[in-house]
Amino acid sequence: MKPQLSPLARGLLASAAVLLVVAVADAALHDLLAQNPFGAPRPAQAAEPEASGLIGWLLAKQSEFYRQMSATIRSAKSDGSAVWTLLFISFAYGVFHAAGPGHGKAVIASYLVANRETARRGIALSFASALMQSLVAILIVGISAWVLNATAKTMCKAEGVIEIASYALIALFGLRLVWVKGRTFIGALQAAQPVPAIAGVPHDHDHDHHHHRHAHDHHHHDHGHDHHHGHGHPHHHHGNDHVHDEHCGHSHGPTPSELAGPGGWRRGFAAILTVGIRPCSGAILVLVFALAQGLFWAGIAATFLMGLGTAITVAAIAVVAVSAKDIAARLSAGRDGGGALFMRGIEFGAAGLVLLFGVGLLFGYIAAERTTCF
Amino acid sequence: MSMRALFGCLLAAAMTLAAGAANAHPHVWITATSELLYAADGSITGVRHAWTFDDMFSAYAVQGLESKTKGAYTSEELKPLAQTNVESLKEYAYFTFAKADGKKERFQEPVDYFLDYKDTVLTLHFTLPLKNPVKPRQLVLEVFDRSFFIDFQMAKDSPVKLVGAPAGCQMKLERPNDGTASAQKLNEQTFLNGENSNFGMMFANKITVDCP
Repeated sequence: MKPQLSPLARGLLASAAVLLVVAVADAALHDLLAQNPFGAPRPAQAAEPEASGLIGWLLAKQSEFYRQMSATIRSAKSDGSAVWTLLFISFAYGVFHAAGPGHGKAVIASYLVANRETARRGIALSFASALMQSLVAILIVGISAWVLNATAKTMCKAEGVIEIASYALIALFGLRLVWVKGRTFIGALQAAQPVPAIAGVPHDHDHDHHHHRHAHDHHHHDHGHDHHHGHGHPHHHHGNDHVHDEHCGHSHGPTPSELAGPGGWRRGFAAILTVGIRPCSGAILVLVFALAQGLFWAGIAATFLMGLGTAITVAAIAVVAVSAKDIAARLSAGRDGGGALFMRGIEFGAAGLVLLFGVGLLFGYIAAERTTCF
Repeated sequence: MSMRALFGCLLAAAMTLAAGAANAHPHVWITATSELLYAADGSITGVRHAWTFDDMFSAYAVQGLESKTKGAYTSEELKPLAQTNVESLKEYAYFTFAKADGKKERFQEPVDYFLDYKDTVLTLHFTLPLKNPVKPRQLVLEVFDRSFFIDFQMAKDSPVKLVGAPAGCQMKLERPNDGTASAQKLNEQTFLNGENSNFGMMFANKITVDCP
């Protein structure tokens, strides 16, 4: 038999795996982007190692695309084909905008890690929240500027209120995650002392989703809605009663019923709302500008394309986050439950991050894109 | 248990994400010209700015404002907006930072402010009087947005004027190159060095005046 790795060694190994994935992804992206951005010749400066930087490059790129937008909307007034250029620029802006620093994707990534979500669901959440962001921007400008002909001052105030509300939502959402994950973590801590009863069966990690869903439906069918909503009941009781469910849900830890059921999607909606309620300032400016040019529809199209670009980048980041966590889970999976405890700890930490973001943004410790009221 | 490893891991993740969340990119572009105002005795009394906004932001700012002629706004019609502008700018210290011989100088509230609208762009004119006029050997004036929401660029032609300066004063302007080049200088380290709230400093326009 192989010598058992100490929990500390396993923890370090898992951490290293997560960091490695992130570093490799960053480096790969860096190379890919630096290679040949849209066939444009590479600026000579970028060849110098100290002059290249992923974030700096992203900032420069998105500024470039953004600045082209106003001129393109102007020319779209007389030249219909400029609309295609506008759509392309908007899409590219969205891709780069989301790849730069920002709290939206940080919240989504933390949420996915905390809630043991699948990559597929991460992608769905990214697209849904980006779509909602676009819709909110269009609604704000459509109602206040187009219908009510409100001034920028009024719009800005409305944006300000939404901004505060969105930060409060992030904080609340984080608080709820911390509460749920904290209890799970403490439960795992207590269970880690003796050999845990439920967590110690990691024999089948690569179960497929179809099977899982089938099992879930079965479970759902048997017990109805009320059962799902009773989060307070002890989960091992749940597991003991339903052997089939236990078998399928084990790798997700002790709360399988919380994962993908109706309650799960409702939680997903909470994530979408939390991230999607705050529109991007850039989209608002583009919409108002398009409206002033008498081309509101072009602004709407541009906003949706920006959202699509944003969604693709955020989805990619979400997939990286989920994969990194999965690798950590695989590496840290042990017979004595230490691995499970480690993963519950990571989830708890990710939940804490969401809360920190919300509080930080709300009280101004973290400067986000601020609304321009001047 | 691997609590220490776990803690370290989370701390690293938190710092990375927090550093990332602390930054924005510009949504407003300002082309600025500045005048340094001198009194008869050679002391500096204040700064007069003229900031021209980009066309996107200009369209946003005049949205919903009433005007006699469609698509044209007189300074009179833009008066309330100019008022809002200078009031809001206070929170950001007017994006103008002065040092006389290394000592920080403060400004009073703006005077003589107005907006004009030409070729679909707005220009905000205002004067910032120094709280205490100074007569330093060296004055350093920086114009920038710490959070880099606004990108300040000094105008290509006569960006800085010394009005009534004593003979022999030398002015030097350091630009953050163009936006692209300065952004290239940034790298991930910039965002992780713990002082990222100040990273707009890299985009500062630095005006130095040396007087004998």
